[in-house]
Amino acid sequence: MKLFGSGHGACPGCGLPIAVKSVLEGTGPCFVANATGCLEIISSQYGKSAWGVPYIHSVFENSAAVAAGIEAALKALGRKDEGPVVVFAGDGATADIGIGCLSGMFDRGHDILYVCLDNEAYQNTGNQQSGLTPPGSNTTTTPSGKVLPGKIKPKKDMVSIALAHKAVYVATASVAYPRDITRKAKRALEFEGPKYLQIHSVCVTGWGVDGKQAIPVAKLAVETALYPLVEYENGQLVRVKKIKDRKPVEEYLKLQRRFRHLFKHPKGKEVIAELQKIADENAKKYGLDA
Amino acid sequence: MKITLGAVSRPLESLKIKTGDWGTEYPVIIEENCKGCGDCVVYCPDLCIELVEVGKDEKGKVRKVAKVNYDYCKGCGTCSVVCKHEAIKMEIKELYRG
Repeated sequence: MKLFGSGHGACPGCGLPIAVKSVLEGTGPCFVANATGCLEIISSQYGKSAWGVPYIHSVFENSAAVAAGIEAALKALGRKDEGPVVVFAGDGATADIGIGCLSGMFDRGHDILYVCLDNEAYQNTGNQQSGLTPPGSNTTTTPSGKVLPGKIKPKKDMVSIALAHKAVYVATASVAYPRDITRKAKRALEFEGPKYLQIHSVCVTGWGVDGKQAIPVAKLAVETALYPLVEYENGQLVRVKKIKDRKPVEEYLKLQRRFRHLFKHPKGKEVIAELQKIADENAKKYGLDA
Repeated sequence: MKITLGAVSRPLESLKIKTGDWGTEYPVIIEENCKGCGDCVVYCPDLCIELVEVGKDEKGKVRKVAKVNYDYCKGCGTCSVVCKHEAIKMEIKELYRG
């Protein structure tokens, strides 16, 4: 039986199903706890579940706590061999609303793989900014106008937050490389303790890209070093995805409606320079340039 | 206390929702170009492409090519973009042709 099936309600070209099926391919049969968000809406409507694994959705903020309960129960009942516990949560559920429960899960050291599906805003309700929205992005709560050029504050560094909690395995991945996601999910399960995997996933409607362009855009995020693919094991950086001929960030920005104002706005140049600086810093920090 | 099942869905009930009528385009596999690499299979967001056997090549090795399940394909075109062998092209559905 398939672990995740066709017939779900994702938009054509959505990155979430690619991320989910790739993770499940790596983990095999598992127990899934899901936060409120796009994934919950598209896959768990009553009588239309797309899941072939045990699945629970409770509320927005508590997916990590629900998973912690499942993990503790499996341990107490001696049923840990039945499969790992995996959380799927969006970027808003991870970085804003559910960060307390996530912190608690890390702190108590539950043996859980927490997967953050990062589409860089609350896309389920129509593109409101979250902690993981990148600067310059035009959302309904950070609209670009006469004064402001979209979101001002930087993207929250969840990888560092997870590392600060001493999570045993912390990695980032992208839907542009599904086989890499599968490998990372498999690798994560070799560790006992809390694990964090953040997957960059394209939202075709929120970002304003054509369904066909979804994978090329996700690839450009990696190739410009705006979304570095890194892997930490026990707090040590062990692997990064090297980039040959790093591209300027404009190439990534100009394909998306959420950034198009940057090319006309009086402060646009500043924001693009700031994003380029972030990319350069990422490349330097992780040694991405091949 | 008796606990009854609440809003519990059966696994993979989504299969009864045929999403194949969503899109305006559909992918066509050009079998002679297909190398059976499976890239379209791992990228397909609707999990509706699989590799099927189509006999053996001249060396006697099993030859596999991609096959689309049009019941669920939403016509996003991701497969045609990720295919390195130009074996998938998108065509507009009869209904939407001008």
